[in-house]
Amino acid sequence: MLLRHTSKEVKEREGLTINPAKTCQPIGAMYAALGIHGCLPHSHGSQGCCSYHRSTLTRHYKEPVMAATSSFTEGASVFGGQANLLAAIETIFSVYDPDIIAVHSTCLSETIGDDLQQITRKANDDGKVPEGKHVIFASTPSFIGSHITGYANMVTGIATQFAVSTGVKKNQFNIIAGWMEPSDMREIKRLSKELGVRIVLFPDTSDVLDAPQTGKHEFYPKGGTTIAELRSAGDSISSLALGSISAEPAAIGLEKSCKVPFETLDIPIGLSATDRFIMALSQAAGVKVPDEITAERGRLVDVMADMEQYLYGKKVALFGDPDQLLPLTEFLLDLNMKPVHIVSGTPGQRFEKQMRQLLDARSPETNFRNGLQADMFLLHQWMKNDPVDLLIGNTYGKYMARDEDVPFIRFGFPILDRIGHSYFPNVGYSGGLRLVEKLLNAIMDRQDRDALEEKFELVM
Amino acid sequence: MEKITILEGRQKQIFEKKKGVAQPDIACDTSSLSGSVSQRACVFCGSRVVLYPVADAIHLVHGPIGCAAYTWDIRGAVSSGPELHRLSFSTDLQEMDVIYGGEKKLYHSLIELIEQYKPKAAFIYSTCIVGLIGDDIEAVCKKVAKETGIPVLPVHSEGFKGTKKDGYKAACLALMKLIGTGSTENISKYSINILGEFNLAGEAWIIRNYYEKMGVEVVATLTGDGRIDAVRRAHGATLNVVQCSGSMTWLAKEMETKYGIPYIRVSYFGIEDMSKSLYDVAKYFPDRPEIMEAAKQVVSEEVKTLYPSLQKFKKALTGKKAAIYVGGAFKTFSLIKALRSIGMSVVLAGSQTGNKDDYARLKEMCDEGTVIVDDSNPVELSKFILEKEADLLIGGVKERPIAFKLGIGFCDHNHERKIPLAGFVGMYNFALEVYQSVMSPVWQFAPRKGGTL
Repeated sequence: MLLRHTSKEVKEREGLTINPAKTCQPIGAMYAALGIHGCLPHSHGSQGCCSYHRSTLTRHYKEPVMAATSSFTEGASVFGGQANLLAAIETIFSVYDPDIIAVHSTCLSETIGDDLQQITRKANDDGKVPEGKHVIFASTPSFIGSHITGYANMVTGIATQFAVSTGVKKNQFNIIAGWMEPSDMREIKRLSKELGVRIVLFPDTSDVLDAPQTGKHEFYPKGGTTIAELRSAGDSISSLALGSISAEPAAIGLEKSCKVPFETLDIPIGLSATDRFIMALSQAAGVKVPDEITAERGRLVDVMADMEQYLYGKKVALFGDPDQLLPLTEFLLDLNMKPVHIVSGTPGQRFEKQMRQLLDARSPETNFRNGLQADMFLLHQWMKNDPVDLLIGNTYGKYMARDEDVPFIRFGFPILDRIGHSYFPNVGYSGGLRLVEKLLNAIMDRQDRDALEEKFELVM
Repeated sequence: MEKITILEGRQKQIFEKKKGVAQPDIACDTSSLSGSVSQRACVFCGSRVVLYPVADAIHLVHGPIGCAAYTWDIRGAVSSGPELHRLSFSTDLQEMDVIYGGEKKLYHSLIELIEQYKPKAAFIYSTCIVGLIGDDIEAVCKKVAKETGIPVLPVHSEGFKGTKKDGYKAACLALMKLIGTGSTENISKYSINILGEFNLAGEAWIIRNYYEKMGVEVVATLTGDGRIDAVRRAHGATLNVVQCSGSMTWLAKEMETKYGIPYIRVSYFGIEDMSKSLYDVAKYFPDRPEIMEAAKQVVSEEVKTLYPSLQKFKKALTGKKAAIYVGGAFKTFSLIKALRSIGMSVVLAGSQTGNKDDYARLKEMCDEGTVIVDDSNPVELSKFILEKEADLLIGGVKERPIAFKLGIGFCDHNHERKIPLAGFVGMYNFALEVYQSVMSPVWQFAPRKGGTL
């Protein structure tokens, strides 16, 4: 038992984190930047940061992940990283020829006080940015927030540094993607198309991190939101931010810079959140929900009804990221399941409040904690005190699942040991169907495995 | 094919072996160009990989959460007992800690950890930020060691303070503090330490078993399946046997100076090098010829079963071409030989951290036309793989998807290997893995081999 040392007794810890349910800001910024077409993410820090982020994203997507680094040395850390970054910008444009460099900071460059806004402006002033090319930036100190914060900061950077308001509105809507998979972004686009609504989705990692085998290594894959689309986002009628933590800051930024009004919704995971998304988009655009989408919804409700008896009352522990946990928890409640323990390493009162609100109304006895020391060690302790039927979370949950002999569904980031997340969405009604299938498979496989012979059922 | 150009300023780190052409020295041991898409990592990474396999110690990363999160159990260094190394411990430094210092948090974290896990020792890794805010981790470690009675060892692995190699050294410095603190009673005169073997997929067990069959006592493995008590008595061994030259040569030299223990460099990859590493140890004990006899016995037994089993792979793979891009250069030498023994040639050989001597030797070993690179990037790797029509890439996690996108086979010779590649059985596994990947039916569907609709 790998986690044999986990004690049942929960004690407050003064500072120590064991088996984190989060990681640091820069990887989120890198992921967001990959959702812009022709963009090379750039890590302004030590070489290791960039290497770790690329490796983690590669393990999660089984795809090449390109990003550059300022390769800090001791000198840079004493005298500031401006020279490194300016040199890097020159090198990158001359050799890797991206349309955009998206620079994010690290704990190192933040602590020595590098000002990315000033340095990137200087790069522009000094003519280091070729005509028609761009350098954007986001401040992403690793000692604040989590990977979700970094994602939100870079998406905000993307929104505010590209979008322009020409004064002439376009008949289109912005959809700002909270942290979700390429498959989810593809599904958001499909649903919008089905509704007949023109959207600008950003960031968009579909066709970037789910690229086909072509015999070539495409340094800049075909996908990603284009500069033209991003520019036009300032003229959109309104924005829908999918996720109050990872997407809303960008919508606020866009409202400030281009006066584009916005509405914040949950990421459309599960039935209720998808209903809200479809209604919001169709109402904003003044379109009728087409029969096909109504039928999709009907199929999900049908399955939920068919299988209710197997899901009812099942106790679930889950961990992950705020904007995914909220709608997922709501979906579990809609399925008549019991989320009993919820943990997220991402700090923030907004999330805490939202989750509490949801739980107070429908499941007040649920254990919930986020932020410092809300880690997998704590979740494991909770599971020992109040055992569950199912665990949902990223790959690192497999230790707890094995030790406690609990069925486990992989959901979130990172998933290092399974495929599927890149290709099959969790969002929308079809994503809901996939989730129900996964829940049922996990529960029923276990039931089949453990059933006494006389209780071993053929028809379930 | 589109021409892919080499990054300006990188030419000195690339070399193509050609007859009659002056042979310049390759530039290496330098830090990467700012703005390159380098495959390299940092000082912290170097320290972390060296110490990570010590399974009965806690490894506390002092810094923001990322450094601990990204290095959580990603290396398959297996343990036969405790598995504390597979957990992730961090002080998760916050903004206020950066402003006011993280010493208190470090102290409390250590006390809590030691109480919870009762480890044999603790390693405390400094990350970039700790180097900047000036936490006195030496003092905290000393204090905690005194209060808890276990060794608490600071590892000065601030990411920006050099290259991955400097991280190896910082790790070795911590190990040096442990070595010499245990009893050497009852250690045989015919004894060795295995250095630079990390027990990925259980490789150290295979190697250890060979030596033990020869009648040689293995005092400590540094650090594969590592135990603090074994490290503490490592100075009682007669000889240090060093693999993975980059990470552990420094430690071997230190032990030679301080304890008079000589060292030899070996490699456990491929029949030739594996056999040599047994013979070289046996040669060191001439007064006991049984050891050499036993070594010969081990080699002959192993090769007798291995050699015929390799022939079917060789038949299929003869004439196929490989590209190698790995961390240390020393590994490259063995891989070239191992690939030759299954009929394959090497068209690209490179490493992240090779030194001048390594590259001089590489030049000697390689065939004409082979490209040699230091600290390469994906653009270059793709370019040479396509130009030289390689059928296989040997590399690590970041290189794997590039090979597959190009439509060629891949073998992970880094820490994501799933089966042992060291030892005689490892050579079989290696050949099998190369064969399975290069000859996979999937490639016939890939556009490169004409597999279109």
